[in-house]
Amino acid sequence: MPHVVILPILIPLVTAIASIFARKRRRLQRLISVCGAAALSSASLLLLATVWREGIKTLQVGSWPAPFGIALVADLFSAMMVAVAGLMGLSVVVFSLESADSEHEEIGYHPLLHILLLGVCGSFVTGDLFNLYVWFEVMLIASFVLLALGGSRGQMEGAIKYVTLNLIASSFLLAAIGILYGVAGTLNLADLARHLRILPHSGLITVLATLFLVAFGIKAAIFPLFFWLPASYHTPPVAISAIFAGLLTKVGVYALIRVFTLLFIQDVDYSHNLILMISGLTMVTGVLGAVAQNDFRRILSFHIISQVGYMILGLGLYTPLALAGSIFYIVHHIIVKTNLFLVSGIVLRLRGTLELSRLGELYRGSPGLALLFLVPALSLAGLPPLSGFWAKLILVRAGLEQGSYAIVAAALAVGFLTLFSMTKIWTEAFWKVSPAVGEGSSAPSLRELSSGARLLLLAPPLLLAALTVAIGLAAEPLFALSMEAARQLLNPEAYIEAVLGQTP
Amino acid sequence: METLLAFVIGGLYAAGFYMMVRRSIVKMIFGLALLGNAANLLIFTMGRLVRGRPPLVPLGAGEPVPPFADPLTQALILTAIVIGFGVQAFALVLIKRVYDEVGTDDLDEMNTTDTERGRSRKSRIPR
Repeated sequence: MPHVVILPILIPLVTAIASIFARKRRRLQRLISVCGAAALSSASLLLLATVWREGIKTLQVGSWPAPFGIALVADLFSAMMVAVAGLMGLSVVVFSLESADSEHEEIGYHPLLHILLLGVCGSFVTGDLFNLYVWFEVMLIASFVLLALGGSRGQMEGAIKYVTLNLIASSFLLAAIGILYGVAGTLNLADLARHLRILPHSGLITVLATLFLVAFGIKAAIFPLFFWLPASYHTPPVAISAIFAGLLTKVGVYALIRVFTLLFIQDVDYSHNLILMISGLTMVTGVLGAVAQNDFRRILSFHIISQVGYMILGLGLYTPLALAGSIFYIVHHIIVKTNLFLVSGIVLRLRGTLELSRLGELYRGSPGLALLFLVPALSLAGLPPLSGFWAKLILVRAGLEQGSYAIVAAALAVGFLTLFSMTKIWTEAFWKVSPAVGEGSSAPSLRELSSGARLLLLAPPLLLAALTVAIGLAAEPLFALSMEAARQLLNPEAYIEAVLGQTP
Repeated sequence: METLLAFVIGGLYAAGFYMMVRRSIVKMIFGLALLGNAANLLIFTMGRLVRGRPPLVPLGAGEPVPPFADPLTQALILTAIVIGFGVQAFALVLIKRVYDEVGTDDLDEMNTTDTERGRSRKSRIPR
């Protein structure tokens, strides 16, 4: 079934179009949105199963033979990313059935969410560099509108920074693609990999690698290019923050891993050591930024940055185990981070603020919610037996094997500081006596919500928390998947052969 | 011709970045537009410039006779221009809305969610 590769693109596209036409009928639109998200996540799991059983799947769009047409390629890494993206899409769509403003739904919340998923999935499965740029733009324009939807002052201020810095990244990417085309004469990833292998290594290739590092680095929010993220992620409605936090930076990380395992492997000593140094700085600055914050979502936003450091740490080490660690980390992080943002959404719903100084006593009113926060929070910090522990363990082990003790020390210290900020949220929001709720009056509780609202708000975080625990208790299947994906990444011949056919 | 274009592109990049470091959002958007155009011209130049040789296959031949203009870069730029147009149109509307909401075009004033002073002013969190 070769067409399974295009399903993750087709389904969100069709859903988005259908839900635009249903915009006058709210219930129908919501139904289409949920069905589309469910279909996307099943299709993406089907893709993952197919790729796991049969190896790399490719589809030449319009039957133009590679490298002339656009190739869609799903290797195990892509398929895993698509699968997690589909799952996050479904969780956020269900969550936003209750959390989204009816006003936002009327002006196109659901179509935009699906167009965002379209861009994300497209970026994961494309095998063509210019096509990747186009998918990035699809994703960006949807995220721009979602970020500004509603138009409060904070959102406007966040949006202007987000839009500008991301557009600069796009223009860098475009310039890098242009120069690469001038050098190699092709933009098909597999074909490029073959050409760059033959070309004599020159300074121009290093410049190109750095340009791509900057362009994707801005999108992935690595040090020192992350400033757009903490300036904007705390402003939009929470469901939107959650999907942004889960998926957008990870598309940048995916693109970095893709080009630095497939294309720019001529000068590993220089480029990957640079990435390793950046990863250390990203981890440390991100977590230090978080320590200084006093807002639920701003703390979480800064932690995205520090976690991106872990993800590219594996790329910098550039061994099979390290790359497997990176992939494991990305999957774990997407699940956990989306979950934390969703929990913050429930807190906002109960208390109307996310300012830690004005929160408190959530534990007394809703202990279940507190537990729901604690699972992803401890997983983020890397405590056993949760998914984050294994993710960190693999990376630390890979670092020790390479003898990179400094970076391992940084990773462990950052894990400790992560735990510190999670306990800060815990004590401030859940434990301390609330300034708003006086002595004797009732603490805010989930019971005040209607049962339907409770179900819609709690089901997605519960599912994700269960997934975190499941990965933590049975890490072996995901580790085997990550290991196999890393092996595919480090042997680009299979990728090239799958796209171009037998190489002469 | 390529040398001349190289200078033009460099000039566009310089002008674009200069505009972007100004504090006014209007100038910033102009800067973004200049950057986009510079990148497009860069792609165009990377495809090598050939005058008056369209990439057409002569009657009876199997492929066009070199040298001919590279059609792929032109297709790429066309796509990039269309995308850039859409994105810039959005950005223009955005700065209009930002101006309506914030009441200034000075970027240094747009930090209400970042500072204690700004947050204590009643800022509405959308749910």
